[in-house]
Amino acid sequence: MNVHRQPAIGLAAATILGSCLLPIWDGSEVGFWIDAPLAAALTAVQLIALLILVFFGPVRVTPAVLLVAVVSGSAAQYFLLEAEFVFGVGGWLALVATMLCLWRLLAWLSAHPGRTVQILVPALFFFGWVLCWEIAVRGAQISPVLLPAPSGVLNAFVAHFPILWSDALQTLFRSALRGYAMGCTCGFGLAILFDRFPVIGRAFMPYCTALSAVPMVGLAPIMVMWFGFGWESKAAVVCMVTFFPMLINTSAGLATPDGIQRDLMRSYNASYGTELFMLKLPSAVPLIVTALKLNSTLAIISAIVAEFFGTPVFGMGFRISVELARMNLDLVWATIVMGALVGTLVYGGISLAERVTTSRNPTAQ
Amino acid sequence: MLEQRKTDLALIGVAGLAILIVWYVAALALNFPQVMVIHARDDVPLPFTSLALEALRPARPVLPTVDQIATEIFNTTFGHSVTSPRSLVHHSAITLGTAVAGTLLGATFGLVLATAIVHNRTLEVSAMPLVIASQTVPILAIAPMAVVLFGNLGLSGFVPKVLITSYLCFFPVTIAMVKGLRSVDRQMSELFETYAATDRERFFLLKLPASLPFLFTGLKISAATGVVGAIVSEMPTGGGVGLGARLLSGSYYGQTVQIWAALVASAAISILLIWIVTKIERRFLVAGLGR
Repeated sequence: MNVHRQPAIGLAAATILGSCLLPIWDGSEVGFWIDAPLAAALTAVQLIALLILVFFGPVRVTPAVLLVAVVSGSAAQYFLLEAEFVFGVGGWLALVATMLCLWRLLAWLSAHPGRTVQILVPALFFFGWVLCWEIAVRGAQISPVLLPAPSGVLNAFVAHFPILWSDALQTLFRSALRGYAMGCTCGFGLAILFDRFPVIGRAFMPYCTALSAVPMVGLAPIMVMWFGFGWESKAAVVCMVTFFPMLINTSAGLATPDGIQRDLMRSYNASYGTELFMLKLPSAVPLIVTALKLNSTLAIISAIVAEFFGTPVFGMGFRISVELARMNLDLVWATIVMGALVGTLVYGGISLAERVTTSRNPTAQ
Repeated sequence: MLEQRKTDLALIGVAGLAILIVWYVAALALNFPQVMVIHARDDVPLPFTSLALEALRPARPVLPTVDQIATEIFNTTFGHSVTSPRSLVHHSAITLGTAVAGTLLGATFGLVLATAIVHNRTLEVSAMPLVIASQTVPILAIAPMAVVLFGNLGLSGFVPKVLITSYLCFFPVTIAMVKGLRSVDRQMSELFETYAATDRERFFLLKLPASLPFLFTGLKISAATGVVGAIVSEMPTGGGVGLGARLLSGSYYGQTVQIWAALVASAAISILLIWIVTKIERRFLVAGLGR
């Protein structure tokens, strides 16, 4: 990979030079880099790093030089933000330059595959994305009522962690998890029943396929009427939402073994149980795991949505609607971050279990 | 073969009948206590049959019977003009509009993203894990606020609803298309190599047609999630429009039958959208583009 030929580096350097000529802040009293000495020094470091790459071509320490450019650029942006002025053209150009450096760094890293790169690259990409969000919100001084900055969300997350945790306990662990377990178990059990007695399957499967297209979150008001405001009604909604994907995927999975494999089982005079555990279930594992993953995100979303129809005075859905009414958008977003964190952990856990269980399965992938 | 189909139809019919019977028995059992309370202070106790008949059509049933729901749907569909806020058609049309617009926007974005991911190694390594992680963010949960906030900004309710819906819809299409654009047959790829085809020709004549079956699979899932997104984003507007608002107002005022009618309507919309995608799919794939 020849960085020298990549126009992005040259473009980034040119952008920084351009930002020197344009006001970094909007407004008459302040303007150019000279008014922000610390930021100017860091930007100079960034510029030197880029010029090294432009003039000396690809060097052995290219990624390190790029990293220096990214870090110094981000730090310069941070000190510009500290001044609490609205960004001018120069400030935005400097952000563009830093993002170009980050992009080159990512390109260099992704050309060198490896285990660390697989984690490092998305993490850096995410960092860049959050940085852009932070700078865009604070640089343009968007009202926190509209869209809070990531730093504000983080502050709210840390400051209100006990509340957020008790909400998560209620919504995720009491409602969503129990509903998820019930829905997945029922779907799985019914799929086995349909497979064991094909007549029942042929009679009821068309209804189940049609019902799987129905937006089940709509059941939330009915479930709240039936089971009250507590976690039971939310678990019921989650159960309904997760039931059909599990049923359909397990059914499809149990049907994967082809004629010749089933003929072999029959020629051994295998009982249904033997066939199920030796042939059908192992080949159904990939599809079952897919349903488990899909359901894990569905469960969290539907538990939160179900809380809009009535909750006790805690729970993530309750928190979101109440804090919105108080215009505490940072706490609302902190709740969402909590949901995303738990959701990602659960999803990652299932993926890990998948890798362990299907590593020797020929039908996987 | 025909014999098989006939038995299947008979079986499905029997199953439908069984479901109906279970439904009516459940409705009777669930609504009976309510009727008992109403008639608890009667001097002359009513015979069981008349109590049972009453339990099958109370004004605010715990579980409405199928004919009650059907009557409600019929009345709200044909009993009011299409533009009236009491008309089920009016609300369904609004939800349908949001779902279709959201699905189309999401699918377009998903298509562009998948194309970019397939053609750019950096984007593939950096963005793909985040695309998957994006689905664990319960963005749907902020749909109610997004609608209110954008409404305060002067943007009509339609734009935020469509944006939220499309956030849900882009994912299935992206995943399906990343797979689809890579599903090109090796021999065909070599043929294009032989003809010295340009990248553009390779994309439009080889990769895109090969990915069509994947695209339609993704679109079907997107359409179903699009309806969910549309309904949830309509919920906060209280006395507003759409099936989601209908669900919420039904829940506030204890109008159980209205909730069930809205549910049936949303199911119908969702099945209609999937049916349309299937029709287009058959049309395209029969024309020989896919295979």
